[in-house]
Parts: sequence; structure tokens; C-alpha cells
Amino acid sequence: MNSTVITVTSGKGGVGKTTTTANVSVALALIGYKVVAIDSDIGLRNLDVVMGLESRIVYDLVDVVDGVCRLKQATIRDKRVKGLFLIPAAQTRDKTAITQENMISVCEELKKDFDYILIDSPAGIEQGFKNALAPANRCIIVTTPEVSSVRDADRIIGLIEAADKGPSQLVINRVRQEMVDRGEMLDVDDVLDILGIELVGVIPDDEAIIISTNKGIPATLEDDSLASRALKNVAYRVTGKQIPFLDLHQPLNLFQRFSKLWNRG
Amino acid sequence: MSFFTRLFGKATKSSDIAKQRLQLVIIQDRMKLPPDVMDNIRDEIITVISKYVDVDVKGIDITVTQTANHSRLIADIPIINYKLTVS
Repeated sequence: MNSTVITVTSGKGGVGKTTTTANVSVALALIGYKVVAIDSDIGLRNLDVVMGLESRIVYDLVDVVDGVCRLKQATIRDKRVKGLFLIPAAQTRDKTAITQENMISVCEELKKDFDYILIDSPAGIEQGFKNALAPANRCIIVTTPEVSSVRDADRIIGLIEAADKGPSQLVINRVRQEMVDRGEMLDVDDVLDILGIELVGVIPDDEAIIISTNKGIPATLEDDSLASRALKNVAYRVTGKQIPFLDLHQPLNLFQRFSKLWNRG
Repeated sequence: MSFFTRLFGKATKSSDIAKQRLQLVIIQDRMKLPPDVMDNIRDEIITVISKYVDVDVKGIDITVTQTANHSRLIADIPIINYKLTVS
């Protein structure tokens, strides 16, 4: 099987790696690919709750590496989407519980069965990140349009290129279009000027994401929000399809239209 | 935007400030080689040069400078003696 290992990483924490991993995995499965998402954030697992599969965990990645169970036993099938699977991280261990070689051999075994293997990387540039990077064929960098996040993304891109795992693809998350329009938030071109890698997604800051995470149902599975559509488009671009980027301008309500008129100067 | 900034001229957008600050900080970030890499570069340069001349190891100064477009490695190596034959 022609299989691709994609590591989703960011450097900075809290920018949306796990949400992106979950939703792009769902979207790839909805297209018809066989997908497994691996949570490599040992000790701080979250991909399971974002995907809504936390109650189904019996074994985890560290159990596989320690030989406690077979890989298939730790691979949870998502009953809501055909072809979608999750391998959870261990919650009671730390980064030292697995090695880069472990990650490579797990992925080699998974490649026999899956079209796409998405690895949710921990934040940071230490061992956990290196473990997540080791088996990658390529990477998706998640950033928000904020100074700290873009700076960390630049650092991570450099490390990925040095490890010969590039070129990376970029997802810009939590874009607030009304702030961009006011000139109070970096726009897509600003971020691309600085980072200089291929753009595969622009995701609006959308409360639908928080609601879907509350429920444990990834947005791409359930709703048709702007963020959900933007994330589905990331999946298509990951497969190599060229599709236009969405217009992130939300339709204004009456009050907003009025205040826009008022503030025009 | 407040009434006064509209009246007395355009305030700089915070996104422009963000971009300028990022460009500067990233140039600095990219410039830095890890200390162990700098040490290796230094040691290997000394080894090569020492085959031909005696150098003042204490006086060696190796730095990387950065402009907007490129980095430059500058090595200042004081020579003590020329060796007559290559060892």
C-alpha cells in the first residue's frame, strides 16, 4: 500500500495541533482513505477526547512498544466513520517511554494497512517532538497569526528541514477575519512572507470548534461550519488536490452592518 | 480607531508592527548556530590552518554576522610563525 506518514506539529503549544489532526483525519476518512491518527503526546494525551474515543481505550502506544499488547489491540476503530482509527498515547508515562526507533517500527507496521498515518506531535522541540518527527514523510505545521506562534513555527520548520523531513505544509489556524480587515491581525500573506512554505489551510476562529470538542464529535464529522469546511479543504490539499481557499468573511448581522457604517472613516 | 487618531493622522496598524518585529526576531533566531557547532567549526579550522602555520589559539575570533539577505562567517586568526615545510 502506498502510505504517507504526516506529522502535525507547531513548536508552540495550544495552537490547534490536536484539533487539526483529529479533523483532517476524519476528513481524509470521509474522502475514502484508510486513516490512523496516532497521539504521540505521552503523558498529556488529548487526541482521544477531541475525537470522542476516550471511553474506548484499552491499550495505548506505550503498551504496544512494551510488548504488552499487539498493535491491532491498541488501534481503536471509530465506529462513526469508515476507515478511521486512533492509537492513543499513554497517560501515566512520559516522553522517555518511547524512542524514535519505536515510532519508526510502529509506523512501518501500520503502512501495510493504512493510506495515511497522522501523528499528533507534542509541543516543544525536545524528545517528544523528535519521536513524532522520526517516522514522518512530511509535516503539517500549525500556527496562529500571532507573533509567538509564528516565531516558533519558523524554528520548527528549520529543525524539520535539518532532519530532512521537509518541505513542510502550513495551516494557519484561528484567523479572525474582522481583525485582519482592521489591520490588527497578521494576514495570510504576512505569515507566508515570513515562513515561506506551502499553504494548505486557513482556518477561521470559530466557536463551532469549541462546541464540537465539548461534545467529542470532530467538526468535520458533524457540522457545516466555516471552520469545518476549511478543515475538510486541508484534507483535500494534503492529498494533492488544488482547491481555492474559502472567503472567511462571515455574513454580518444587522447590528454589525450598522456599526460598520458608523465606523467607516 | 479612536476619534483622535482619525482626526490627527493614521495610527500604525498593530499587524504591521507584528510583522516588523517578527522579521527582526526571526533573522536573529536563524543566525544562531548552536554553541557546540561553533566549537566544532573553530576546532576544525584550527586543525587545518595549523598544518601550515602556527596560530595563536587564544587570539582566534570566529563570528557569524547576519544581514537581511545572507550570513557571513568571519574568522580572525593571528599567526605566530610560518612553517617552512608541510608536516
